[in-house]
Amino acid sequence: MTVTTPVLDPEEAKRLRDARIERVAKWLLPALVLVLLLVGWDRLVVWNEIPKYQLPGPLVVWEQLVKDWRMLFEALLVTLQITLMALAVAVIGGVGLAVLFNQSRFAEMSFYPYAVILQVTPVVSIAPLIFIYVENRTVGLLLCAWIVAFFPILANTTLGLNSTDHNLRDLFRIYGASRWQRLRYLQLPSALPYFLGGLRIAGGLSLIGAIVAEYVAGTGGIGSGLAFRILEASYRLNIPRMFAALLLIAVSGVIIFAGLSFLSHMLLRKWHESALKRET
Amino acid sequence: MPTLPKRMTDLIHRQILPLGERQKLLQLQQVGKVFNGGVTALHDMSLAVQEGDFISLLGPSGCGKSTALRLIAGLSTPTSGRISWEGGKGAGDLGVVFQEPTLMPWATVAQNVFLPFRLRGKSFAEVKPEIDEALDLVGLSKFADTYPRQLSGGMKMRVSIARALVTNPRLILMDEPFAALDEITRHKLNTDLLSLRERIGCTVIFVTHSVFESVFLSDRIIVMAARPGRVIEEVQVTAPYPRDEVFRTSADYAAHCQVASAALHRAMGEAA
Repeated sequence: MTVTTPVLDPEEAKRLRDARIERVAKWLLPALVLVLLLVGWDRLVVWNEIPKYQLPGPLVVWEQLVKDWRMLFEALLVTLQITLMALAVAVIGGVGLAVLFNQSRFAEMSFYPYAVILQVTPVVSIAPLIFIYVENRTVGLLLCAWIVAFFPILANTTLGLNSTDHNLRDLFRIYGASRWQRLRYLQLPSALPYFLGGLRIAGGLSLIGAIVAEYVAGTGGIGSGLAFRILEASYRLNIPRMFAALLLIAVSGVIIFAGLSFLSHMLLRKWHESALKRET
Repeated sequence: MPTLPKRMTDLIHRQILPLGERQKLLQLQQVGKVFNGGVTALHDMSLAVQEGDFISLLGPSGCGKSTALRLIAGLSTPTSGRISWEGGKGAGDLGVVFQEPTLMPWATVAQNVFLPFRLRGKSFAEVKPEIDEALDLVGLSKFADTYPRQLSGGMKMRVSIARALVTNPRLILMDEPFAALDEITRHKLNTDLLSLRERIGCTVIFVTHSVFESVFLSDRIIVMAARPGRVIEEVQVTAPYPRDEVFRTSADYAAHCQVASAALHRAMGEAA
């Protein structure tokens, strides 16, 4: 039997068509929703003649963003700096604590409850205290953002370190692996997918932590981030600038999430189930 | 084997002597294991393992065959009795194949086979010839840089076997390694395991609950019974190696299966 041209039966043809439609719809539909929302928002403002100190239209927000770009972009950099530093410290702290807890049952028993307490206490309620006792404003901001961001990394990495294959553990024992070797060659690679899951959550949380901390830290001091600009704009009833700043924060959050997802994909694509494309 | 390719010299190839002339390798003296609830998993097991033996531990579930294997592997310590290695046990003396392939999914095939050496602090370059040969022995040379997920169940098992023999161990323990595979793959791997043994002359203790598999593979079958787990008798399979598909359909094979099967029935009868 020789088949020269691929034969598509109706079922396969339909599946191919569905897949193609889905690929396009994935981008087209959210874009359509965005356009509808913007137009609706614009019409709402224009038709009801709402003044811009109550609700500015999307075009006004855009104009404000362009006009204030220098100031807002500088503020964005300040916020992002805190966010990324907090994320880095959360990674170090989260993974470090997870490894410590994994290596020492007693350390885990002693400190894990307090990690949970730190996590469940809203950062807004701790932050004022932090800014009383911590002189350096940047350190205070970092500390707040860290408290919010480190826990998902700690929890996920701990889970990952404990999820190693039992037979592999036995194998390492048979070959006389040291604790360090077991950690380095078995537990850390096993924990990687879990860690990356925690990292994606922590990325968003450190942005939230940084913003919340800025609100609490208030208007005093130097190095003003986006939250400070929003507060300031609200005192001056500059609503368009509030929206513009909000837009920047949202976009940053999305970029952080997308970046971490990409990192996760690159690290896992060769071996982990989550990164594999299913062939149907 | 006279016609081995040149790089086949990296692993030591031992000669397998006939059953009566083999050197002692490992001795189990009245080994018993009681788990903390008071369950006797293994009672008074005595076994002399000789170099070149292919021993099958055959028995129903709960007969302590896996427990015996774990004790020999040093994964647990016997409650009574002792296990002694002739000349002491050194690093790399033991290779293990589990029921699952137990590969590290994040590492390539070659890196997986490299593991026993890595844990002894060797560099990959240093032991590359051994790794290449082990992969060659199981017929996976072309897959050195592949990740486990891209391999079939049978191929994963071959990687596992390559990893077990790469250090040229004095003893390889196999815990129902082919139980989860389909019969075609299983038969193929049985045959390949035997030709592998012919080439490198390794000593194997193989846990199985299949009479047919044990007769095909081994020259000594230790039949075990459950509750408490213990050795009932030993059946020797005198058919000469190499054994192949012809042996699998021979009257000799059938006769040996009958003997082993009868022994197993006695073991089950005693247990009931």
